[in-house]
Amino acid sequence: MNLTLKIWRQKGPQDKGKMVDYKVSDISEHMSFLEMMDVLNEQLVNSGEEPIAFDHDCREGICGMCSLHINGEAHGPDRGITTCQLHMRMFKDGDTITIEPWRAKAFPVIKDLVVDRTAFERIQQAGGYISVNTSGNTQDANATPISKHAADEAMDAAACIGCGACVASCKNSSAMLFVGAKVSQFALLPQGKVEAADRVRNMVAQMDLEGFGNCTNTGACEVECPKGITLENIARMNRELFKASLLKF
Amino acid sequence: MSGYFTSSIGRKFAMALSAFFLIIFLVIHLAVNITSVFSADLFNELSHFMGTNPLIQFGLQPVLIFGVVFHFVMGFVLEQKNKAARNIKYVRNNGAANSSWMSRNMVYSGLVILAFLILHFIDFWIPELNTKYVQGDMSGLLADGEGFRYFEELQHKFVSPIRVGAYVVAFILLALHLLHGFTSAFQSVGATMGRTKAMKNIGKAYSILIPLGFIVVALFHHFNH
Repeated sequence: MNLTLKIWRQKGPQDKGKMVDYKVSDISEHMSFLEMMDVLNEQLVNSGEEPIAFDHDCREGICGMCSLHINGEAHGPDRGITTCQLHMRMFKDGDTITIEPWRAKAFPVIKDLVVDRTAFERIQQAGGYISVNTSGNTQDANATPISKHAADEAMDAAACIGCGACVASCKNSSAMLFVGAKVSQFALLPQGKVEAADRVRNMVAQMDLEGFGNCTNTGACEVECPKGITLENIARMNRELFKASLLKF
Repeated sequence: MSGYFTSSIGRKFAMALSAFFLIIFLVIHLAVNITSVFSADLFNELSHFMGTNPLIQFGLQPVLIFGVVFHFVMGFVLEQKNKAARNIKYVRNNGAANSSWMSRNMVYSGLVILAFLILHFIDFWIPELNTKYVQGDMSGLLADGEGFRYFEELQHKFVSPIRVGAYVVAFILLALHLLHGFTSAFQSVGATMGRTKAMKNIGKAYSILIPLGFIVVALFHHFNH
């Protein structure tokens, strides 16, 4: 298929940036979206132009690196997938496809379609862990009984790959689905309950400090999330913070 | 609780609490208004009670005013903060693909409701304050002393088709505001029940029936004065 691509080009963090039109031809419908981007970049390199910078790593929907806003949606028009899992069969011959970076004040553009998502790392560092010494004396995983229901819910929350599609899709650039998932995955398990109050307080404080917006429950994040993280995780985080705040005056 | 209400989540919680309060208030307001459709006397009695009872006037009314003002001010403050969180807009954004129009436009439906409230206050609340507390007439009687004035005042307000039209538009926007706001408030306080099918249906029923009730009252008096 032949396509027209409208792509955000930005030389560096200080550059103003603009949309640039490109044409690609003979794109197979079996290609992934990133393979199509590779074809375009080869084309650009061959013609002596600067290739388009975009994030990618595992290309199998696990690492959370790919991050394109395609035709007005995070990870494009398909559901439950990352950009690397998006196939060109979702588009038609002659289509014009708009490709932009995640847009949020807390995710500044580094170059072209690459954004700086270290704000998520700092939120994780504020409390997204349990303080356990694991060197040399690791306990058997079954030593602490955990209900199947809690284990399943914690696992579902832990499926978050931190790609930032929730922030990109939210009209408020809110990170609450991400933080809700990270708070939940520990809050549901006995090992995580010990530090639950400090964790949620510190992670929410860091989230606010990073300049993410507030959640208005539109549910866009849940729809666009490639890993099916649900709004229940945000509700749980809301409860966890309320509980934690009641404990500390 | 130090710092809770200045956190993003604490503000959501406060927003939801004021929303719950206003949701209950709307039911009480409609319950009084709807009586005017079938009994002028009952409406007069209830209006006189609500307008002169000291607990309602000096206890609940200030709480209501605080709730309304808080909900609007906090709503606009949060909207500004949220807008600032995306300093560069998308060239193409397909919001309809993942969220409802109502959820994305709460500030606009809110602005229409605010404009309506200003009109509503000028229509009813300010004249009431003037009659009762400036002129000192707490009797609730008509100028000729023949019966209560409330029903006549109500009918008089709905003579103008422009005012009735403005009321109807505002109530449609209120319905749209509630269609997202009702269940959203539950989510903001962390209550999972807001996302159950039953609660979603109750929310839908409430959001349609309550504004519809107000529209029925306005239209009834417009065509039956």
